[in-house]
Amino acid sequence: MGSRASTLLREEEIEEIKKETGFSHSQITRLYSRFTSLDKGENGTLSREDFQRIPELAINPLGDRIINAFFPEGEDQVNFRGFMRTLAHFRPIEDNEKNKDPTASEPLNSRSNKLLFAFRLYDLDRDDKISRDELLQVLRMMVGVNISDEQLGSIADRTIQEADQNGDNSISFNEFIKVLEKVDVEQKMSIRFLH
Amino acid sequence: MTDLCEGGMDDLWSIAVVLLQVWFSVMIGFIMIPAMFGLSLGVTSVYIQILVKILEWATLRIERGHRERSTLPVPAPLPFGLIQREGGSMEQEMGELRRYRTQSISRGEFALSDSFYFYIKGLESIVDDQVTQRFSSEELVSWNLLTRTNHNFHYISLRLTVIWGLGVIIRYCVLFPLRITLAIIGLTWLVIGTTLVGFLPNKRLKNWLSELVHLMCYRICARGLSATIQYHNKENKPQKGGICVANHTSPIDIVILANDGCYAMVGQSHGGLMGVIQRSMVRSCPHVWFERSEMRDRNAVTSRLRAHVAAKTNLPILIFPEGTCINNTSVMMFKKGSFEIGGTIYPVAIKYDPRFGDAFWNSAKYNMVNYLLRMMTSWAIVVNVWYLPPMTRREGEDAAQFANRVKSAIAHQGGLLDMAWDGSLKRAKVKEEFKEQQQKMYSSMVMGKKGRNSQEPHTESTRRQ
Repeated sequence: MGSRASTLLREEEIEEIKKETGFSHSQITRLYSRFTSLDKGENGTLSREDFQRIPELAINPLGDRIINAFFPEGEDQVNFRGFMRTLAHFRPIEDNEKNKDPTASEPLNSRSNKLLFAFRLYDLDRDDKISRDELLQVLRMMVGVNISDEQLGSIADRTIQEADQNGDNSISFNEFIKVLEKVDVEQKMSIRFLH
Repeated sequence: MTDLCEGGMDDLWSIAVVLLQVWFSVMIGFIMIPAMFGLSLGVTSVYIQILVKILEWATLRIERGHRERSTLPVPAPLPFGLIQREGGSMEQEMGELRRYRTQSISRGEFALSDSFYFYIKGLESIVDDQVTQRFSSEELVSWNLLTRTNHNFHYISLRLTVIWGLGVIIRYCVLFPLRITLAIIGLTWLVIGTTLVGFLPNKRLKNWLSELVHLMCYRICARGLSATIQYHNKENKPQKGGICVANHTSPIDIVILANDGCYAMVGQSHGGLMGVIQRSMVRSCPHVWFERSEMRDRNAVTSRLRAHVAAKTNLPILIFPEGTCINNTSVMMFKKGSFEIGGTIYPVAIKYDPRFGDAFWNSAKYNMVNYLLRMMTSWAIVVNVWYLPPMTRREGEDAAQFANRVKSAIAHQGGLLDMAWDGSLKRAKVKEEFKEQQQKMYSSMVMGKKGRNSQEPHTESTRRQ
């Protein structure tokens, strides 16, 4: 008879989330119970502090970027729908979905949407280009203090050189896709749920 | 009119007094006296058996109800977590991500896909992490007819609700007053008894009597919780001059262990009621109570404990190295302080059966009084206690490694998960060092150094499932 009972998910909501994200009924209820266990303030939304309380996430070098991805532009709280929408990008691509109706909108967990998600984690200012500075920022987060500025700069330059095709010294989304075309994105950017 | 009323009131009053007297004599006769001598009338075991039958029936009923209600599968709790994680180290995973590149991993270099590794790890931990779930009560496989564990279970049938209602009445109106009275009697007797024993001059008589008094009181208290304790491997029981370490789930652990032997308690001296109890206990046999200021000075603490252990006639010290209450599904990092004292360590594993009552004290959510109330209105406390063979520090092993060795032994015996994470993460933030470790490891991959770090202490051990 805890507070969870009062904010129990309604069937209609579950159906809507199912349609939007493709998660199954049981996955949605389990993720809902995970959502409520993270929600220490018990107000139906998660704040950045709620995420940072997870020790494994707090020690992740890119933890802050990942947390940011959950929060829509300029907001500090994310509700369950938003939570599921972000997680939906990491659902594995099932075979039957590959033969889906071509007129329906692309599912959130398609290969290109997964790559777009990863692209946006680099491209903070949303100008559809990963600039040298943005790349350096992410690099710095991943290596900490262990590599000097000059070395990091040259790594960034080399990466952009490899990927850049139109000579604008930044990586566009298409160039990003091209560089990663051989990466098994379906496998590497998916979370396998145990039913 | 008033005379009649008064007469009526008198009658009621005398009936109440008689009932109270009957109540007390029943209690003293059937519960306290056998408890004091360590005997059991078998009432509790019959009670437990009846409970088990009822709970099994309830489980079947709930499952049937779910099947009739909907075609959707019943969401059962997953003991291995929500998701399946990759078991590889950072190097393995990065190597796989970079497979499409022509350069090999030992040559270093950065790839845009490197960040995918961190993203996936981060998202996996958001969906399901090993640590935060340890600080809240264990999820039950099936509802045990207690209101407080009713999270996912809805109305099933009239019969079930009636049984639940009966359960509420029995627990709150019959069991609860009984238990409270027993607890009060137990604690009062502890204070009086130990103070009386404290006046005796003779050492041997004093020790013998003090042990008797302590045992009696703890046994009464255990009856006050309807605790059924099963001790295993009694030949490994902690000896005098040793240190007993156990996993910590609740303050009741002390009562559970002290039912079978006498220990010297270690802790902070409190004021109020606790203080009274502590001071009287010290009169009959030496316990180790610290002032709050002393607790900060680790050397002072260690030397006092060392002095206690060195006097071979002193009772074994009882220490809980996790430092905080964990929910009895895992054992978290043991603080090495207890393992620096020296002497023989007697590990003990304590495992509660969650069907009959949730013994975990979520100190962030409930205070002590609230917690004791919940304990006394559960069905019962059913515990298994395993005494493990004594351990001592090996040559060349430092305190932290020794602590880990003992922790693994306890986790293995109790069927609990062995975790390297620190229990203080319940309240404190995780240290920056661990993030820096990961950054360092990744940097060495980017720079292509040959002599890489090969240990990934935290991410490896949390996958030791």
